[in-house]
Order: sequence, then C-alpha cells, then structure tokens
Amino acid sequence: MTQGVAVVGLYVHDQDAALAFYVDKLGFRVHTDARNGDYRWLTVQHPEQPSFQLGLFAPQPPTVDAATAQALRECVAKGAMPPLVLQVDDCRAAYERMRGAGVEFTQEPIERYGNVDASFRDPSGNGWKMLQARRG
Amino acid sequence: MDTGQGNGAGRSTASDPDRLRRLLRAKDRMDSASHEPWPVARLAQVSHVSPAHFARMFKDAFGVPPHRYLLTRRIERATALLRDSTLPILDIALQTGWNSLGTFGRTFRDITGESPGDFRARMRAMPHALAEAPACYVSAALRPGLTIAVSEKRRREEGAQNGATETEDMP
Repeated sequence: MTQGVAVVGLYVHDQDAALAFYVDKLGFRVHTDARNGDYRWLTVQHPEQPSFQLGLFAPQPPTVDAATAQALRECVAKGAMPPLVLQVDDCRAAYERMRGAGVEFTQEPIERYGNVDASFRDPSGNGWKMLQARRG
Repeated sequence: MDTGQGNGAGRSTASDPDRLRRLLRAKDRMDSASHEPWPVARLAQVSHVSPAHFARMFKDAFGVPPHRYLLTRRIERATALLRDSTLPILDIALQTGWNSLGTFGRTFRDITGESPGDFRARMRAMPHALAEAPACYVSAALRPGLTIAVSEKRRREEGAQNGATETEDMP
C-alpha cells in the first residue's frame, strides 16, 4: 500500500512515560524518535502494522502556545480525547498479559454480541478499547 | 503513584493534570461498577485527594457532581438492559444500584421523561441502527444529559412542591 493514513498522533503528558508504556507494556516498537531542541517527534508502531505509526506527542510551545498546551494536557488527563480501538485476536489473553505488566484497565473483558472487549488507559489518560471482533 | 498535589488542596484549582488524572480514576471506577455505592470518602481515596474537596474538584473537572454522574451511569446501564435484555424491571433496578423499584422508576422517569416500562416498549418497536459502532461509545453518546439536579428537575416539572433532595436516591 502506498496511499493511506500513515501517522495519527496522541497527545501525552510525558513522552518518556508514554514510550515506556506503549513499548514495554503494549509491545509496540519505536519507529521514529527524533529530537530538535525541546521538540521530540516520537512515533511507535504495532508490530503487525508496518504501514501505520502512532505518534506520541507532547502539547508544548512552540507548536501550541503555553496556555493551549496546558488546556490540552488537562483534556488528556480528564479522558476527554477521542476513542481509540486496539484490535486483538484474543482479548482475554491480552488482558491477562497486559494487566500483569501493570496496564491500568478500566473495564475487564466483556462479551457482547460475539465480540469481546476490554478498556484501558495509558498513563496520560488516553482511553483505549481493546476489541476482539466476532469471527466469521 | 504521582503526587502533584501538595498540601494546599483547598486553594488549588482542579487544573493540575496529575490531579485530573487521579480524578479520572474515580470516574473510571464509577463507570466500571456503577451499581456499587460510591460515597465521597471512597472516591476521594481512589483519587488521593481530601474528602472535603473531592466533590468540588470532580465537578470542576467533569462538569457534574460525582453523585449526579453516578446517577447518569446507572440510568445509562438500566436503559441498555431495558432495551437489550428481557430481565424483569425489578431485577434491572437492583442490578443497576437501586434499593427499590419505586426509587428506580421515579428517578428513571425524572431523568428520561418516561417510565422504564414505556421506554422498553418504545425501544422494542425501533430498529437498531447503530450496530456498527462499539457498544460502549454508542452507550456513552446516548447517555442521558443531567445538567441539573434530579430534585431540581422534579421540582420544575411538578411546580414548586416540596422537593426531595437528590442525595435521597443515593446510597
């Protein structure tokens, strides 16, 4: 595939904490970690999804002004950012593994209409739904 | 555990991201077990803030007092069960955190404008259109808005009679 969505970014409170979370606890890989002064372009990839990067960006000047950065940090901490969905083959197994690694789950796996889903948050407050889609 | 709070909790606003993140944890806990009793002391403990300041901080952060937020979650769950299950209404009331059918029915009607039985009948008659979106997001999007206290809503609708207080409905 040569066309399509390549990067979608999350705002995170702390890029080091986010990196540790997405890599060490979720099993993502670092794609790009480039610094320029205070600015850090940081993206990670799901190991089975090489065409897509998840950006872990800090709201900060000069990209946004200081007051806006603070407001964005507050929105993230309040869980007010848009939904994120992580698709998995086995939600319950992933739940056990991730919970063992210290991931903060906000909903344990529940089966609904043949799908199994659970919910967790990253350290910043971004909320993920982990979804095992019904087969067939 | 982060501790961005300091000791001047009474003076500080709720805008510190570390504290907001901890307040979110209390909101998450209510979301995951809305049928359980959530007195302020329990929520404050989850958030690592003083019980004396928790309710105000929560309202500053999320726009509604914690007990009212809990009410909306319970009604949200109850509406889902009324729509998607065949459970008797009494069972739904008990499962979603109410101690009696009367209190449940009255609160449900005050918030949604119809009785649990009428709501169920109306939903049964409607085709399901949102099946493609994850259920929890749909559920959250259809959550009843509760911008004023239930007791206030009740008062406004009944004319200024003697209003029961909202806390009466809570454990």
